[in-house]
Amino acid sequence: MEFLSDIASLINSTLRISTPLVFAAMAGIFAERSGVIDFSLEGKMLMAAFVAAVGSYYLGNPWLGLLLAIIVCVCLSMLHGFASVTHKGDQVVSCVAINILIIGLTTALAAAWFGQAGLTPTLNEDQRFLEIHLPFADALRDIPVIGTLYSDILSGHYVFVYLAYLSVPLVFWIVFKTSFGLRLRAVGENPSAVDTAGINVFTMRYKALAINGVLIAFAGAHLSTAVNANFFREMSAGRGYLALAAMIFGKWHPKTALIACLLFGFTDALQIRLQGVELPAIGEIPVQLIQALPYILTVVLLAGFVGKAIAPNAIGQPYIKER
Amino acid sequence: MVSPILELTDINKSFGHVQANKNINLKINKGTIHGIIGENGAGKSTLMSIVFGLYQANSGSIKINGKEINLRSPRDSIINGIGMVHQHFMLVENFTVLENIILGFEGETVFGEKLQKAKEDLEKLCQTYNFNIDLDATISDLSVGFRQRVEILKSLYRGAEILILDEPTGVLTPQEVDELFKILRSLKDEGKTIVLITHKLIEIMDLTSEVSVMRQGEMVGHTKTEDTSKEQLAEMMVGRSVLLRVDKKEIKKGETIFKVNDLSVKDDLDVTRVKDVNLEICSGEILGIAGVTGNGQTELLEALSGIRKVESGSIELFGEKISDQNNFLNPRMLKEKGLAHVPEDRQRMGLISDFKAHENLIFGYHDQEPYSKSAILNNKEISEYSNKVMQEYDVRPNSPNLITSNFSGGNQQKIILSRELNENPKVLLVGQPTRGVDIGAIEFIHQRLIDMRDKGAAILLASVELDEILSLSDRIIVMFDGKIVGEKENKNVTDRELGLLMAGVA
Repeated sequence: MEFLSDIASLINSTLRISTPLVFAAMAGIFAERSGVIDFSLEGKMLMAAFVAAVGSYYLGNPWLGLLLAIIVCVCLSMLHGFASVTHKGDQVVSCVAINILIIGLTTALAAAWFGQAGLTPTLNEDQRFLEIHLPFADALRDIPVIGTLYSDILSGHYVFVYLAYLSVPLVFWIVFKTSFGLRLRAVGENPSAVDTAGINVFTMRYKALAINGVLIAFAGAHLSTAVNANFFREMSAGRGYLALAAMIFGKWHPKTALIACLLFGFTDALQIRLQGVELPAIGEIPVQLIQALPYILTVVLLAGFVGKAIAPNAIGQPYIKER
Repeated sequence: MVSPILELTDINKSFGHVQANKNINLKINKGTIHGIIGENGAGKSTLMSIVFGLYQANSGSIKINGKEINLRSPRDSIINGIGMVHQHFMLVENFTVLENIILGFEGETVFGEKLQKAKEDLEKLCQTYNFNIDLDATISDLSVGFRQRVEILKSLYRGAEILILDEPTGVLTPQEVDELFKILRSLKDEGKTIVLITHKLIEIMDLTSEVSVMRQGEMVGHTKTEDTSKEQLAEMMVGRSVLLRVDKKEIKKGETIFKVNDLSVKDDLDVTRVKDVNLEICSGEILGIAGVTGNGQTELLEALSGIRKVESGSIELFGEKISDQNNFLNPRMLKEKGLAHVPEDRQRMGLISDFKAHENLIFGYHDQEPYSKSAILNNKEISEYSNKVMQEYDVRPNSPNLITSNFSGGNQQKIILSRELNENPKVLLVGQPTRGVDIGAIEFIHQRLIDMRDKGAAILLASVELDEILSLSDRIIVMFDGKIVGEKENKNVTDRELGLLMAGVA
């Protein structure tokens, strides 16, 4: 039984850890399917975490904090669009600029407003999201297997965890079953085809970026107003890049990107679990090595282990209508 | 009295300081096939892109069925019954035929009923015009001819009454061209109006009932096709009389300077593409290689020019062995020995498209005097040279600072030719010199090649255009499946004879 509960808690933390990755990967899918590279997932996630924490602290309601984070992230996405869609700038440069701006901005604003560089005040229970316990979770706990599944794995997560996994089929539906999705995919593959079909390429890309901003805000809010109760410096810790890797590994497809996110989440959960554990024959694994696991996995997977990832054809290219 | 379905009045359009269309007036009658002919860069495509709403004219008016309309985007044009098949197809390669066609005209937010209806309608359309297209096929799996049909179907589905086709035959095989023309004629019989943009005279004579000629952004003439001839149209296009045949002096054959012995070459996929080829070229002679694309000509030229490794056999220049399977000279060393190469694929191998014209003009010589000194480019010298040579070769526009990709195919080819002929090579390897090049430039390029021959160079010319081979070569060899299957002196040879050899039948 102890083994089973070990597994259950491992799955439980995998779901939790993967949550921001899932949001970010879905956000990335929208931007990149429309032909706009988005390295700025990292920066936007960090900004969302900061804004959500500050917003919740002042407004006393985490939902209002989330709303603020969404507004700010959409603005940042629009900034990226302004530079790289309207003015046809280099998309990578625009992203890097946003990332650097935000690392500095969050630290500086925290120092100015709260007197601590890169730290916001701790949120109380009213100001943050709490774990949701599904009905009858305690009552059903003792039923073998089903009880564990329901009470220990499905129940007891923050609202974002549920939203993240619900967002995947939603994104799939939008991208593959609606006319918006058809246009979105087309604009990232061959913008001229979209233009000659009478659809404005720029508007399409801005719409995609707006959705991107909304989704990434959820990832940030999850970090600072759910799993943690405050913002701290560089708390996104490379998750934006990891999500981008998961999205590429998932070939810009929501389902496979989800699997990739879960895989990264799982290695992370495993590394926490493995710290200090003595393995037979090997002994204790150095903690640094274990912590590096998710990143090593990223490199290995992206180094062609999963086969060639075929990016949207027009990705990274600004659309120039007249020669 | 037939009424014009489309009427353009005083259309002007500039890109930066280049005026692509100047005061264009055009009337197109309903139910006709109307040809618009002109050299590359004459402004035909620009004009039609304006009609399609892709570009906006700086001034002028467009009337459809006598009613003036304002075209702000392709959507406006499509609604007004204008469809366009672009030279580069506007299709999303990894979408299905159906997805490509409904794109932008889905009619519903979430796919369902309308998608089914679209499918049924399209199947009916396919049957009406005998299109034979699988709506669920992915575009990337379709041949070029079928992709073009998808484009036509797309326009028809969107309700096109006027169908504009921009250089539709450039990428098609002769059989596909026949099929296309059949389709266009049946569309005309249905009462559709067709506008055919082309620079090929034969297509105009074949298909159209009326023709308009453009030259350097201006409309220079309209006529009924039956009242004109190829020669007349060519003269209107170029603005002077054009020789559709090449004048060539009697051959003054010198000694053999280039020799290939039992040469075999493999391609990137390790397939042997050139098999035991033997050939000799004398100075003052043009040797033509005829053959259908993909029978080893590409690999042969690459091996001869030092780009591709030789599997077996050897190549000799002035009696000196320059390449065999163990060692081969690179293109630069070959150049120093007097061998120049005008590659088949000028975009990929002949030029760096993102460079300025003057950079491409000296590329390969850029580190030599007078273009550079002590590793520093001498810009003054380069610009003087570029101005001079661009005038000499009549490169248009005559602006050395323009990015190379902005030049038309013919002018890009002139840039390469000037660079390769610059040092008076003893041996010249030329692949597809006039692919995608307009008549005026073809005449010029052919004349340059003949001049080189008369100056005593040995020229190897590979071309899939049989006319070109026949009009330039002194001797012709035919390649089929990597082997030389025939050799003829170019006297009284007919294209039929060569055609049989090319097909591997004779």
